[in-house]
Amino acid sequence: MSTSTADAEIAKSASAVQIVDQHIVEIVSDSGEGAQTCGQMFADLCARNGNGIWTVEIIPAEIEPPSRSRAGASGNRIRLGTKPVTNAGDCADIVVALNEQVLYSRIDAGALRAGTVVFVDRTWAESDDADIRARYAEAMKDFNDRNYFVVEAPIESECRKHTDDPRKGKNMWVLGLLCAIYDLDRGGVNDNITKRFAKKGDAVVKKNLDLFADGYDWTLAHVQQRYRVPAKKSTQPMVVMNGNQALGLGVMAAGIEVCSMYPITPATSVSHFLATALQETGGFVHQAEDEIAAIGFAIGASYAGKTAVTVTSGPGLALKTEFLGYAVMAEVPLVVIVVQRGGPSTGLPTKIEQGDLLAALYASPGDSPKIILAPATIEECFHFVITARKLAEEFRGPVMILTDANLATGQQPFPKPQLQADWLAAPVDQAHWDEKVPPFDWDAETGLSKRPIPGQRGGEYILTGLAHDEESHVAYESAINQKTMEMRSRKLAVLQSALQPPEVHGDASGDLLVIGWGSTLGAIEEAVDILRAEGKRVSSIHLRFLSPMEPGLKAIFQNFKNVMTVEVNYSDPVGAPYITPESRRYSQLAQLLRSQTLTDIDCWSQVPGSPIPPSRILAELRRRFDMLTKEN
Amino acid sequence: MQGLRNEWEAEAPQRTCTLEDYQGAAPRWCPGCGDHAVLNAVQKLARDKQLPPEKTMVVSGIGCSSRFPHYMSTYGFHGLHGRAFPVACGVRSRRPDLHMFVVTGDGDCCAIGTAHWIHAIRYNMDFTVLLLDNNIYGLTKNQTSPTTHIGEKSNTHPRGNVLPPLNPLSVTLGITNASFVAQTVDWNPPHLFNTIRSAYEHKGTSFVRILQRCPHFTQHIFAEAQNDMSQCRLLLHEDGIPLDPQLQRLFPNRTAHNPNDLAAARRIASSEDAYPVGLLYRDPNAARYDLQTQAGLGRSQAEKMAATEKWLSRYEL
Repeated sequence: MSTSTADAEIAKSASAVQIVDQHIVEIVSDSGEGAQTCGQMFADLCARNGNGIWTVEIIPAEIEPPSRSRAGASGNRIRLGTKPVTNAGDCADIVVALNEQVLYSRIDAGALRAGTVVFVDRTWAESDDADIRARYAEAMKDFNDRNYFVVEAPIESECRKHTDDPRKGKNMWVLGLLCAIYDLDRGGVNDNITKRFAKKGDAVVKKNLDLFADGYDWTLAHVQQRYRVPAKKSTQPMVVMNGNQALGLGVMAAGIEVCSMYPITPATSVSHFLATALQETGGFVHQAEDEIAAIGFAIGASYAGKTAVTVTSGPGLALKTEFLGYAVMAEVPLVVIVVQRGGPSTGLPTKIEQGDLLAALYASPGDSPKIILAPATIEECFHFVITARKLAEEFRGPVMILTDANLATGQQPFPKPQLQADWLAAPVDQAHWDEKVPPFDWDAETGLSKRPIPGQRGGEYILTGLAHDEESHVAYESAINQKTMEMRSRKLAVLQSALQPPEVHGDASGDLLVIGWGSTLGAIEEAVDILRAEGKRVSSIHLRFLSPMEPGLKAIFQNFKNVMTVEVNYSDPVGAPYITPESRRYSQLAQLLRSQTLTDIDCWSQVPGSPIPPSRILAELRRRFDMLTKEN
Repeated sequence: MQGLRNEWEAEAPQRTCTLEDYQGAAPRWCPGCGDHAVLNAVQKLARDKQLPPEKTMVVSGIGCSSRFPHYMSTYGFHGLHGRAFPVACGVRSRRPDLHMFVVTGDGDCCAIGTAHWIHAIRYNMDFTVLLLDNNIYGLTKNQTSPTTHIGEKSNTHPRGNVLPPLNPLSVTLGITNASFVAQTVDWNPPHLFNTIRSAYEHKGTSFVRILQRCPHFTQHIFAEAQNDMSQCRLLLHEDGIPLDPQLQRLFPNRTAHNPNDLAAARRIASSEDAYPVGLLYRDPNAARYDLQTQAGLGRSQAEKMAATEKWLSRYEL
């Protein structure tokens, strides 16, 4: 197939460019065909133009899954908008699939709807393999039955004009297709491609430019419906990254020098980032022999001077809990990042869940009060590490940061942080320690105390996980045990006294208040905003501090007729066999809020293994309003 | 003074530490426990070497032996059962200036902490490991340990241990990058002291297994060896553990052994006719992980901010 410039011009003049305020695009291929590179580049271009974006990686569970299989889909979802985009959204508007089989994994995931525009490489229709031809034909019929708007594109045959290895070229061709559909300035893209491939030489640059141009021209000539998502460039410098990269950069910006970890999905990529970057700030990543050693090493490093970080996910957290309790008991500053995945047990290693809140809070033996933070955006992943280190030192104990697989791999632009000197950890104090001050000089009111660091003359003491007195001497006396428990617990109350109540999204009173935490922020607020636009009296709050909780919650709850949490973890559905108000197990935040505020807080939680899209939250909230109406 | 660095002069008047400067709480080990001898040896070494107490650090796990740090008046870390090694590695990873000892027992090191033991030996960070091996769990009252001899009765094996004991020397010598492996006995203070001193002077992880009497549960186990010196085999070499010639003669069973010879060390470690006493193996050139982890120390705040800014800018649109 060849396309003359004249044809393209005709098509362009005949085609409509529809203005939309947001759109969702997916590109999927077999692993190794570059769909992820293409998706990243496209998202990057949109973000540079000033679009809000949220991207999600589509990752197969295996390293080298069989080609043309449902299990093998690899790629990206990009949601772009005129305004900032806060979540991955619902069904895709456009999907580009480099073969028809990988598209089925997206269909299975509920990513498509009737009317979704599907571009499929039609090369497979002409395969030498009769079986492939048959499967392709069958799929095309099926796609039509599902009412997708199917465009069969000659991706591979077009690519062959420019390269002998189309597997390595299709991504640039598809980038051309997407840029044409979304009416992006091709000059800017050309510059980007030239820069990206400059190191590989002129021939490679030219090949990629040709592939891009071919995709762009073919689309202009053959695709009628095109879109523009208006964008406004930000006046301030912006960065775009995923949550795990943001955590890693936060570690650097906080002046944390030791990251001790054991590989575990989906947390490991934090360490991948730091393994390269951290040594440039003088630190290092320690890959320990197991999860227990990882936290033990971090605690040793923290004790010896500067607060260290350990990064893990649910199963790793389970193994770390004994040491976590030690850090509470012996008051060792420590940052523990938990990138949650689906549980229980090995569960869903690559999928999102918010199932570790109670484990983080309670899994250590005895009473082990600790600080727990939950960032809700990529930007907060960066800033919360800095906050966590400071809190760990101020409050002398572990601070946990709970993120999840959605934040870990989602990408979002945010204002570039202006690094500050006071974010960094102070140099290790080696000054003489006043010998009259014991190592646990608990302030009777706050429980706060300053720790001596090895090397400080006069501060010599033996840290222990056994019950101990102010001198850190082992003490089994009941009065001392009672007092020291109180001192460690008091610190959380002191922190709470310094916090502000959460902001209410929407009106301060109404019929329904939705409470969330972590990565669900965008989806919850999107659903709430739709209902509010319809006149429903619904608001939401999103908690960032889970231990201690932000103050003033009960007062906020009292202004709403109904209060419920929306979470990505398990709760018993109302009306299921044997489930009664007495037997029902609530979602994790709901359990905590019920016990802390004595408010009858309901919950709606799901464990789909994927982020809960705004439409599902919306549907549930509508159902609640219908019930309220009936009751009235 | 010649040979002293300039900053040293600022510390005048010169400080002299006595044994008392290293003595912490009164030991609560049973009378006759071999741990007392080890504590005395470490305190004497610290005094002889004039280690500043604030720069000295003892890390332990859980067990009778792991109470050791409490009886020192240095910095100490009495941690979790089996987990002394990861903590010690974490401390050492950023503190080349500390003088570090790890005190562990046969349950702590060879059972619950086995994974860490193996990897700590491989990391070869600079500290002295004292394995106080009494062949029994003492603190929890008489349970079989991995080094308990076959047939020995305990509360968990009242009919006698059914398995042969794990050999800590063979295991350690089997680990890639082991750099110092020695064995000594608590009832020969000069040899004990000299072994700990050699271990301290070695740069890297020095692993010292100390046969240690438990007067309460396993007194009989080492009693024979204590009374009949021929049950020990003294390893002698100019690069080995030095011992006064008169004291050498007390060991009727003596063998020349070059601590460079790993194959011979493994053979000696696994022979069952006598307890080897002395230095089995030393490799001063084994790779040291602490040199890697400490490489970035001393960056200024400005350098750190510049590096972070560089990485942050990579994500700029």
